[in-house]
Amino acid sequence: MKLIYGITLLLAYQLVGEVGVRALDLPVPGPVAGMLLLFLTLVALGRVPESLSTSAGGLLSHLSLLFVPAGVGIMVHAERIGAEWLPIALALVLSTLLTMAVTAWVMLGTRRLVDRWRPDDER
Amino acid sequence: MSDSQLATLWVYLSASPLLGLTVTLVAYSAAYRLYEVAGMRPLLHPVVVAVALLIAFLQLSDIGYVDYFEGAQFVHFLLGPATVALAVPLYQQIPKLRQLWLPILAATLVGVCVGALSAVGVARLLGATLHTQLTLAPKSVTAPVAMGISEQIGGLPSLTAVLVVVTGILGAVIGGRLFALLGIRDDSVKGIAMGITAHGIGTARAFQLSTEMGAFSGLAMALSALASALLLPGLLSWLG
Repeated sequence: MKLIYGITLLLAYQLVGEVGVRALDLPVPGPVAGMLLLFLTLVALGRVPESLSTSAGGLLSHLSLLFVPAGVGIMVHAERIGAEWLPIALALVLSTLLTMAVTAWVMLGTRRLVDRWRPDDER
Repeated sequence: MSDSQLATLWVYLSASPLLGLTVTLVAYSAAYRLYEVAGMRPLLHPVVVAVALLIAFLQLSDIGYVDYFEGAQFVHFLLGPATVALAVPLYQQIPKLRQLWLPILAATLVGVCVGALSAVGVARLLGATLHTQLTLAPKSVTAPVAMGISEQIGGLPSLTAVLVVVTGILGAVIGGRLFALLGIRDDSVKGIAMGITAHGIGTARAFQLSTEMGAFSGLAMALSALASALLLPGLLSWLG
């Protein structure tokens, strides 16, 4: 039953998220609102129920599988990709390299700044 | 079995969700097995191999994507609950989040903007259509959220999903070498950069390299999903 409880909980939070963003006209996808609500619930609760850690762990450990049906969709877009393959390919490669490097640098830089300002006893 | 019986059987199978669902799981299992046997090389990522196997199968059997998706949608549907499930690793990272919240927040906000604007900028410089530029913008965000953003800003959600997968694989393949080249050794920094750039596929790769890197990558993916959903539609509205 643990698995059922866990999955029910995830679906219920997604449902509340989907209904909530539509009712309040928020610019956030429903599942993200659901994630945020579940996160706040866990903070209030102070622990992760076993049923939830089982179902969440199961889903997240094979996250890759869930991308496959969307990935196969590439066959539908063969024409557009054929016509614009160069801009698409270069945009993906250059942007991936740049995003990764800049994100890492910003994190390193900010951490050095924070460390410099923080008194020694807090380190 | 006579030819007409075989034809009837085939008509049933190609229209039934059972076939699409089963071949998706079979292709993924085979691709995952190959990935393990070949020493988990990122280029043989199970998503790439499974997608290639499935496209070959659909082409050979003359089944269209819409019919295939009738079955595959059951797997695709799980992306929603999986996004909700990200709350669990996020909660488990609270001690680290508390300690490093400012660097993580800064890296997330800058990373999300650079990820979208650099993709749009390169595509625009090289003469891609506006539709393609908008479709590219959420490419670093985890698929269910990226598809929602794409729809909202006027891109093609299904093509965005494909570009998200390709970006994830690129990030997983390039990541290790790029960090080595830049001399970045800290697992928390590598994890955050991986999660912001390459979402779930990068996170899966990060967990192979170290648990700490994986945890930070999962955290960054969740934060990026949230920040992107809030920021990107506004940031990109001037393009349309």
